[in-house]
Amino acid sequence: MDKFTTLTAIAAPLPEANIDTDKIIPARFLKTTKRTGLGVHAFDSMRYREDGSENPDFVLNREPYRNAQILISHENFGCGSSREHAPWALLDFGLRCVIAPSFADIFFNNSFKNGILPIRLPREVCDTLMEDAAQGANSRLTVDLARQVVIRPDGTEVPFEVDRLRKHLLLEGLDDIGQTLQQEQSIAAFEAKRAKDEPWRTIIALD
Amino acid sequence: MSPRTLFDKIWDSHVVETLSDGTAILYIDRHLVHEVTSPQAFEGLRMAGRKLRHPEATIAVVDHNVPTSDRTQPIEEPESRNQIETLERNVKEFGVPYFPLLSANQGIVHVVGPEQGISLPGMTIVCGDSHTSTHGAMGSLAFGIGTSEVEHVMATQTILQKPAKNMKVEVEGALAPGVTAKDVVLAIIGKIGTAGGTGHVIEFCGSAIRGLDMAGRMTVCNMAIEAGARAGLVAPDDTTFEYVRGRRFAPKGDDFDAAVAYWRTLPSDEGAAYDTTVTMRAEEIEPSLTWGTSPENVLPIGGAVPDPANEADEAKRAQLERMLSYMDLKAGQKIAGTPVDVVFIGSCTNSRIEDLRAAAAVAAGRKVASGVRAMIVPGSGLVKAQAEQEGLDRVFLDAGFEWREAGCSMCLGMNPDKLTPGQRCASTSNRNFEGRQGPGGRTHLLSPAMAAAAAVTGVLTDVRELSALPV
Ligand code: SF4
Repeated sequence: MDKFTTLTAIAAPLPEANIDTDKIIPARFLKTTKRTGLGVHAFDSMRYREDGSENPDFVLNREPYRNAQILISHENFGCGSSREHAPWALLDFGLRCVIAPSFADIFFNNSFKNGILPIRLPREVCDTLMEDAAQGANSRLTVDLARQVVIRPDGTEVPFEVDRLRKHLLLEGLDDIGQTLQQEQSIAAFEAKRAKDEPWRTIIALD
Repeated sequence: MSPRTLFDKIWDSHVVETLSDGTAILYIDRHLVHEVTSPQAFEGLRMAGRKLRHPEATIAVVDHNVPTSDRTQPIEEPESRNQIETLERNVKEFGVPYFPLLSANQGIVHVVGPEQGISLPGMTIVCGDSHTSTHGAMGSLAFGIGTSEVEHVMATQTILQKPAKNMKVEVEGALAPGVTAKDVVLAIIGKIGTAGGTGHVIEFCGSAIRGLDMAGRMTVCNMAIEAGARAGLVAPDDTTFEYVRGRRFAPKGDDFDAAVAYWRTLPSDEGAAYDTTVTMRAEEIEPSLTWGTSPENVLPIGGAVPDPANEADEAKRAQLERMLSYMDLKAGQKIAGTPVDVVFIGSCTNSRIEDLRAAAAVAAGRKVASGVRAMIVPGSGLVKAQAEQEGLDRVFLDAGFEWREAGCSMCLGMNPDKLTPGQRCASTSNRNFEGRQGPGGRTHLLSPAMAAAAAVTGVLTDVRELSALPV
């Protein structure tokens, strides 16, 4: 997983509540065997017209937002199913940070597992940041995770909260697996004791 | 030590470490893998240059996408073929034991695990699939996980989790003739609802549960997830040990004896505390089925579909109306006598040999009603072989049922076995969501005996009214 330290990037405004996981990635793309490559289908129903052409009204189809790495939205972002295809699609599109007043639980968790920083900020702050974002390419936002601030184009800082353990994992670029592997010795000791005390747990290998 | 539940004991014996925020690193004994939720996990390992910590404690099968017709033919649907071929490449590259499509051991992952002696009492078992709860029937803690967690288990043989709450569902008494494990679990879900078990692990207990064979216990635990629970459990006992004895991957000789001695310590202690307790009388349970598009929409076969007019809450009324219209049922109509188009006997809920015997007992000497398509899809190649040895295939074929190869099949229609829009299906599977068995399909969940009764009469029928009912 890529580290998340400081991100200075174009932010795209998506002023809509309840952006659900079906909007982020429709069910028909779940037969894939990859977690990469879903970016072209991110927000499929909003992004493309029926004939497959781009909908010019959708924010991510417009310059400079095609290159956005930050998304700002409204309440209950990521509601719906548990599909990890949702954060995979955002990441593959190039988004590393979503700012919204509230998130659905599972999407929130899945985001951290995939190196995406979800930031909860009050609705009026999100609206202010959307106004900044609407200024276009010269109006980048900076997200400084170590200091837990969003820096607006005029230099004003907006503080945000983040769970201590999750912040650590993002800053270090450790996924859960990396984190758990730091306890490798404990796992090995547990296994050794197991093998000795409860040999029946060891599976008989397939011949 | 204060009295502990079965769940507490299994949990405690698998905690490697507890992190500062209360999350446990929980050791995983067995990891089951199938083709739909594993490809991205293998890809993740590959990208990070990681291996499986214990490939030998992992077992892979293909089940969700596989055709249940002639297996020697190539798989036509390109995306299904790709998911299957991807799994085959991955198991080779990562050294994971695998039952290929043409192996007699192939089958639905939740049928294969117990059948092979891979799923054992006192173990933690995971799979990227919500119906992993099935294996709880062995007296093991078994739950479904997401794809990142699949990868986490592959790399570390552990999972990060906080403990669940304890729930006890006690069914006391004797089941009436014609009433099966499926009716029991439907009645439980009908009573507690699809969110009734949220945040809990349900321990099913009481004399009616103890009296079930292993297949019946698996049926009950399979649907614990439909009650919203993280997992279901049944305390291991002599029925369990006799089931495990001699299975291919089960411990042998002294190891088996040592295991049994340990397994006997697992049942909940006298006085152990539960966060939630529900009790039911077995005698009150009737052959049951669902009428709507949620597993909690349960009726006894003699019952009538609810009338939304009697529902005070506006949102709930609207929901009932939507379900009735989707299911093409009239408010207040009797459910028995509703004509069916398709009968599906299979899925990880009800595709074991005991289920097929129960269906065959009803089908014997009868004919599938004209215009009805009736399919039997055994849970595994071994179940199929056993049934053929017992002559059940002949019973079904003579009655006009299709006798198919093992797989998930019409439980979710990822393979060619799908309902067409508007078709009504009597199904022994576990989910009746809109479109679950095919877009626009209408599902009634019921037991294998009830499904067979629907097949031979062409309508939803009380199996007790058919004379050849085994007593
Ligand atoms: S039979 Fe149905 S519920 Fe069971 S694993 Fe297959 S798709 Fe899932």
